[in-house]
Amino acid sequence: MTDHHAMPGHHGAGDDHVYLALSEAGPEPDGEARWAYGTGFSDPLLGVDTTVPAGLDGADLAAYCLMLGDDALVLAQRLTEWCTRAPELEEEVALANLGLDLLGQARLLLTRAGQADGSGRGEDELAYWREEHEFRNVRLVEAPNGDFAHSVARLLLFATARGALYRLLAGHPDPVLAAVAARGVLELAYHQEYATAWTLRLGDGTPYSAARMQAGLDAVWPLLDELFVPHAVELRIGADPSALREPVLRTLAAVLAEAGLTVPEARPLASVGGRAGRDGVHTEALGPLLAEFQVVARANPGATW
Amino acid sequence: MVTAPAAAWDVAAAVPDPELPMLTLAELGVLAGVETEGGAVTAWLTPTYSGCPAIAEMAADVDARLRAAGYPDVRVRLRLDPPWSTDRITEDGRRKLAEAGIAPPGPAGPPLLRLGPTRHRVVSCPQCGGTDTEELSRFGSTACKALWRCRDCREPFERIKEI
Repeated sequence: MTDHHAMPGHHGAGDDHVYLALSEAGPEPDGEARWAYGTGFSDPLLGVDTTVPAGLDGADLAAYCLMLGDDALVLAQRLTEWCTRAPELEEEVALANLGLDLLGQARLLLTRAGQADGSGRGEDELAYWREEHEFRNVRLVEAPNGDFAHSVARLLLFATARGALYRLLAGHPDPVLAAVAARGVLELAYHQEYATAWTLRLGDGTPYSAARMQAGLDAVWPLLDELFVPHAVELRIGADPSALREPVLRTLAAVLAEAGLTVPEARPLASVGGRAGRDGVHTEALGPLLAEFQVVARANPGATW
Repeated sequence: MVTAPAAAWDVAAAVPDPELPMLTLAELGVLAGVETEGGAVTAWLTPTYSGCPAIAEMAADVDARLRAAGYPDVRVRLRLDPPWSTDRITEDGRRKLAEAGIAPPGPAGPPLLRLGPTRHRVVSCPQCGGTDTEELSRFGSTACKALWRCRDCREPFERIKEI
């Protein structure tokens, strides 16, 4: 997310924060700004026409962008947790890169949500100041990382399904959502390829690596179906995810077959009275994730750097 | 590409990329257009990856350069559609990348889901020109780069990956 813009009077003469001095130093002799943050250019939809097209309901569009934005944001946070913990440096860099893509998508989608509902809430307000029940992500992305194979399995499921959804949304009537999706298709293709390659390598490796990979798949598989259960908002916005169930399952089955793994038969994780992540009903894993993600912003409201 | 009064275009086009400073924003294909109307200049930038953190710095740099060149009323805007592609990197840009030791990208296209044996593109080493190279990691120091190594000269190098 971006810097928080200072409240009026928040950084007076007595504020000796070194980075404030840097960001407010003004143009250098050659006319280049020294540091972009705090210069007003951090809006991810800077100058983009954000008129909601006729025929689309702004509240529905906002709710839908929150769903997809929260999926991306929460999974970005989980991927970031691998930093300093991944099995190899290259994998750590890879997972952080995937998280960065998702974070960028989340910034665009949350910004779009705050505009489309007329609330004027920015990305930071939506990311840092909503409570757990206000998050609209599916439960798949909030599940703890588990071991590397669990994380690969989750990424395989998410990237395969999200890439398919973005291909659909690239033709959506909302031009901002369509542009985010069109960009995201190619990014998700790299994510899917990464997760597929590791699934093959672990599944087709030693009996031990295959068992660990299978255990990861078995653990996350019950969370897959929620991605295909349409919410009323998704139906009204013209993005019924149930059409993706069959092609995504077919793709996953082909990967697992090649990897020598078994498609789990576990039943989908039950919803609570018909309500799940899209309605703000989450597992116990989301609260601690958000606490860590939001603590700095909440401890220093309005802080800049 | 929007035709602009050459002067304003030239100013914006000369701004170096913050992460690949051997390239200008025009050579990278990020500068999507410049228009002038009266005394006002509008410059459009197309971000590379969704999460590329350099776009704010690019916008600030374009704004500052145009103001320093005497345009008092500058607007920098993002253009998300069509999305940026490595195909937008100019021939000059590709040459400068190679000269800086970064292998330029091949033609863009989504990575294909491969279930059989991995077949890598033939990538020439930007240091020695050797073709016995291998990908170490699809992901590197920035979102747009992969890490490779050359088995001829034994040197690692970075490569812009196609998107």
